Amino acid sequence: MSSPSTSLGSVSAGRKIKDRLVQGLVYLAFALAVIPLVSLLWTVVKHGAKRFDADFFGHSMNGLAGKDAGGGAYHAIIGTLEQVLITSVIAVPIALLAAVYLVEYGGRSRLAKVVSFFVDVMTGIPSIVAGLFVLALWLLTLQMGFSGFAGALSLAILMIPTVIRAAEEMLKLVPNDLREASFALGVPRWRTICFVVLPTALPGIITGVMLAVARVMGETAPLLLTIFITKAINTDPFTGPQGSLPTFIWDQAADPNHNAVDRAWTGALVLILIIMLFNLVARLVARAYKPTGR
Amino acid sequence: MSSQSGVDAAVGARHRAPGRRLSTGQAGDRIFAGAARGSGILVLAIMAAIAVFLVWKAIPALQANKANFLTSQDWNPNATPAKFGIVQLAFGTVVSSALALIIATPVAIGIALFIAFYSPRKLSAGLGYVVDLLAAVPSIVYGLWGLLVLAPHMDGVSKILNTVLGWIPFFGGDSPGKNSIFTASVVLAIMILPIISSISREVFLQVPRANVEAALALGATRWEMIRLSVLPYGRSGVIGASMLGLGRAMGETIAVAMVLTFAPGVNVHILEDGGNTFAANIAKSFGEATSTGRGALIASGLVLFVITLVVNMAARAVVARRKEFV
Repeated sequence: MSSPSTSLGSVSAGRKIKDRLVQGLVYLAFALAVIPLVSLLWTVVKHGAKRFDADFFGHSMNGLAGKDAGGGAYHAIIGTLEQVLITSVIAVPIALLAAVYLVEYGGRSRLAKVVSFFVDVMTGIPSIVAGLFVLALWLLTLQMGFSGFAGALSLAILMIPTVIRAAEEMLKLVPNDLREASFALGVPRWRTICFVVLPTALPGIITGVMLAVARVMGETAPLLLTIFITKAINTDPFTGPQGSLPTFIWDQAADPNHNAVDRAWTGALVLILIIMLFNLVARLVARAYKPTGR
Repeated sequence: MSSQSGVDAAVGARHRAPGRRLSTGQAGDRIFAGAARGSGILVLAIMAAIAVFLVWKAIPALQANKANFLTSQDWNPNATPAKFGIVQLAFGTVVSSALALIIATPVAIGIALFIAFYSPRKLSAGLGYVVDLLAAVPSIVYGLWGLLVLAPHMDGVSKILNTVLGWIPFFGGDSPGKNSIFTASVVLAIMILPIISSISREVFLQVPRANVEAALALGATRWEMIRLSVLPYGRSGVIGASMLGLGRAMGETIAVAMVLTFAPGVNVHILEDGGNTFAANIAKSFGEATSTGRGALIASGLVLFVITLVVNMAARAVVARRKEFV
């Protein structure tokens, strides 16, 4: 079996070396991506574990200075959960309806093309610009104060396009036969969409929504301009500055005292854990209900 | 949301011809179709509103500005009289994101090739997920890590680069440090790796099987196959992906704000501490901004919005043009 390869003439040394060289570079590139990831996760876990205690989850920073030990992120965790919930309540219905429009109604119309293009463009809006917009509209024009709700508005702007894209992909995967079967039975279009198309695409949509939630949960920049910073517990998202995990980390990391920096690391650990949890559940949902096609 | 229901009502009214009986299905259809269409229009309305409100709220500050907004290097909007211009911010933004792109693109292409062609097939999905994890890490955590872990290491790297490449003006300067534009670029490069590599990977995996096999059948090595069939096919996709990464890098706020030490004025020595970007400046100066100061920050945000808009539209156009060929 070895004779054909020799009779055909083996690959010249130069070409072989080049091939190996590129292979080495490609492996190196992958290693270069893994190194920061491992380093980042390792340091977050290592430093974050120091203050991963009951105090951290049960107390706020009210009345504490950066140099003080103790204190925690209770106010920030409450704030983040409330803001993300409000964000989802605002963004998901709008995004779902827009996706339904693009897939079920828009077709090849001019409006659908324009909307689709601007959804792409909207995906690229810098998060700080979303914050500035809410600042200009909600706080400066309508004269409302800093609040968790203002933060949720800015996060919704970032969440809408991602959910539209995810839902759109999923709706496209729904076989046309299902729609036609429903139409043939005389079911009106909107009922077909609500009770046939959307349920079929639901697992995929849930995955998309959860990934989008995980994404906006880590946003800091827009929150700095909309919820501002507070050390106290504020459970009312509609009045007054509210805490959030990302702004908590930002605030604590700006303080050179090691107690504050430790709190920042633990905040980062908690944030990453919540985000990873969302990612994990999203992927499990996606896997459990994988569309089998036909 | 009032605009949305307004659209519903308008659509409903327009179609309701007098004398025609409406079955519940038709009414439901109209309302639902109207709501869907309204949501689509709402997306356009939001984009328009962003532009309108940023311009509107920027105008008073721009009128109070005693320096030239486009050519001044100072950023003192809180002073009386207010003087601010975007030169330093534009310089920092463009240089840091361009450098991040230069660092990230080759690595990202390597990662995409690794996952598409070099890694064991069983592992490739899992390895792709590992790279995507980089995208799931929030920017505030990158900032924290960049400030406390990466920056101390960058001190030595900057000194070496300064000694070896000091003859290039960018790498010159007397006091290379760790909180420089260069360090910010490295953090940005890590942050945009996953977006560039995941799109490139998709594109590479779409290369027609026949092209790959034809190259291999002609006796090409793996690298020659990639050079002859994969890279030419994937080029525009990779360019589009890089531009999306560039847009992301330009708009990145928190990680840069944490890593970079601010110093006034344009400093072309990117290894030296100090610099500023549009986004980072907004996050850092907002806390103590006066009303003119806020207006000035909104004005600078408007410039950033326009720049990223142009970059993203161009990127989408490149990617879309490729789709037509496929």
